Amino acid sequence: MKMQRREALIALLFISPWIVGFGVFLLYPLLASIYYSFCDYSVLRPPVWIGGANYHDLWNDEVFWLTLKNTAVYAIMALPSGMALALSLALLLNTKVRGMTIYRTIFFVPSLVPAVSLAVLWLWVFNGDNGILNYVLRTLHLPAPNWLGDPAWSKPALVLLGVWGAGQAIVIYLAGLQDVPQHLYEAADLDGAGWWAKTRHVTLPMLSPVILFNLIMGIIGTLQVFTVPYVMFPGGSPARSTYFYTMYLFDNAFIYHKMGYACAMGWIMFVIILILTMFSLKLSERHVYYGGS
Amino acid sequence: MSLRNLFTPLFILGTLALIWYSEAITAPHREPGPVHITYWEKWTGFEGDAMQAVVDAFNRSQNRVHVDLLTISGIENKTLLAVAGGNPPDVAGLYGPNVAQYADDNAVLPLDDYCQRFGITAEQYIPAYWKIGFYRGHVYALPTTPASTALHYNKQMFQEAGLDPNRPPKTIEEMDADAEKITTRRNGRIDKAGFMPAEPGWWNYGWGYIFGGRLWDGKANITANSPENVRAFAWIASYSKKYGATELQTFRSGFGNFSSPQNAFLASKVAMELQGVWMYNFIDKYAPKLQWGAVAFPYPADRPDLANSTFVDEDILVIPRGAKHPDEAFEFIRYVQSQEGMELLCMGQRKHTPLVKVSEAFWKQHPNPFIRLFAELPRGKNTYSPPQIGLWPEYHAELNNAFDEVALLQKTPQEALDAVQARMQPKLKEYLHRLQLRGETP
Repeated sequence: MKMQRREALIALLFISPWIVGFGVFLLYPLLASIYYSFCDYSVLRPPVWIGGANYHDLWNDEVFWLTLKNTAVYAIMALPSGMALALSLALLLNTKVRGMTIYRTIFFVPSLVPAVSLAVLWLWVFNGDNGILNYVLRTLHLPAPNWLGDPAWSKPALVLLGVWGAGQAIVIYLAGLQDVPQHLYEAADLDGAGWWAKTRHVTLPMLSPVILFNLIMGIIGTLQVFTVPYVMFPGGSPARSTYFYTMYLFDNAFIYHKMGYACAMGWIMFVIILILTMFSLKLSERHVYYGGS
Repeated sequence: MSLRNLFTPLFILGTLALIWYSEAITAPHREPGPVHITYWEKWTGFEGDAMQAVVDAFNRSQNRVHVDLLTISGIENKTLLAVAGGNPPDVAGLYGPNVAQYADDNAVLPLDDYCQRFGITAEQYIPAYWKIGFYRGHVYALPTTPASTALHYNKQMFQEAGLDPNRPPKTIEEMDADAEKITTRRNGRIDKAGFMPAEPGWWNYGWGYIFGGRLWDGKANITANSPENVRAFAWIASYSKKYGATELQTFRSGFGNFSSPQNAFLASKVAMELQGVWMYNFIDKYAPKLQWGAVAFPYPADRPDLANSTFVDEDILVIPRGAKHPDEAFEFIRYVQSQEGMELLCMGQRKHTPLVKVSEAFWKQHPNPFIRLFAELPRGKNTYSPPQIGLWPEYHAELNNAFDEVALLQKTPQEALDAVQARMQPKLKEYLHRLQLRGETP
């Protein structure tokens, strides 16, 4: 008994740097932000309790709803297309071709580019007048929209740009594909299944837990999109068509000095993501197959 | 006691000793001598060098205070966080429009007592510049370098369009007509523009002032949708209607960075721009052969009383709340406010000075051929700067959005400004109410 307590103490001592870090830098701010979301708090003055006023104001805040809508539209455009693309690329990169590791590396490398440099790079690609993308479109006699200046094209531009980061998801899919038991394919071969039938009835069901994981990470990632649009579209220009939820949150916290309001926004986003995640998990019960169970 | 039992206490002791030692060797040495004060400033390049020269001159001039100048990016946010964290610099170089917000938040010290003690008074300054640091009856900030704006125009582009390069437009109507003659297209796309309300985009909120409008009545009312402001936004829309909203935008997206030879004005892409006194520096650096001139920005033909208008702004020095050496900090600020310090700084940055008294040598040595214009305009009556309310950043974002909507022809000027009015008026009411609750009368 004594020995056990001793061991537990030593274990705690060893993980104490993490516990202290977690408590001071994560748990405390997290709990404090719940409290601040019910306060008039500018960071510089002591917080004043105002009850649910921040939440009430948010309900009546047009810009809040606009940013929520923008974020939802972006997520609906970016998430399925991004997932489909990453999955298709992973399937292609899983075939047995010479030099496959090189191809895999090529597809992964772009996702290592830091977000800010990525944004600056794509500012030039999308440039309406001199951008390389519009140069190609004009050469092909296709319409060349002003990607960054036209409210109708700014969100599609961001979705296109999101493709750049598909590498992360591809790697996870590839790992999942390695785990699909070979004997299932052999059995399917004996039954005379073609490529599509094998993908549809063997690969996808066996891959479904990985797809679910990428879906949930994708929901979190797209709903919290911040750095790239913040650099590319100052103030959510043009005409707030790229003004996303986290950008409005940031402006409230650090530009308007309304930290309490921003905390309330943060917790609303948390609840939204929680509901969507639980919904996907619920939905997955019927569609996701776990090999172990 | 075995070695095993000793291990844990020794380990803890060793760790503590290590922490103590690393603290001891990194702690700054406190030798007897001048008090070191920290000064955060945003400037880099030649503007930073100019302030460094002033700091060096101050450090040489006496031996009680030594200023350590640090260049900080995103200075307003970092100062905010440093004040909140209780470890701010002794002096911070913020922007003029920060004053109201930071004073409301109790983040900067009022300087009234210091000013009184050292004989710094409003009369020594050009009123438009003094007012920027003076908020709700207190001095919260003193200026470093001021700025004023004027119409910059490209003489060569005037000549190419058959216009007299020595006869820049006097009224808005003349400017619109000149702009039409200068604007050319190639393959259906705009190739050169005479004038664009969206360029450079820094005063998109403020075109209403040029037409006699105001954004706030100084009391309880937002005046975003006053007839003058609506008229200004209709003028903005007239450019989109005349040249095409998308065409103007595509053309504008081809411009390079402001600080580069691809800057639209420097690359002779746009012939007329509202620009500040700093523009000379960029012309000198990137397009020294450009033939240009500067005159007061045009006024509406039916409002000659609005002639000689200018947007005024300035960089400021404040003492953040919680600064460790406020007295020494003010000693430095006071030096910057002296004619000697101010002229050294403003000459280094090639701007005019915010002080009423200017030495003859300053005028003689100044490289900007139009410096007297920039110095004269702020002394007139039509000087404009953003309203001094803490919710200006939010109001500013709303106005910029309204500008976008009108320039893209998504909304009529009346609709866009009515929306700004409807959104900001309740916010102003709430803001004033909160000030009252704190016992501060606006």
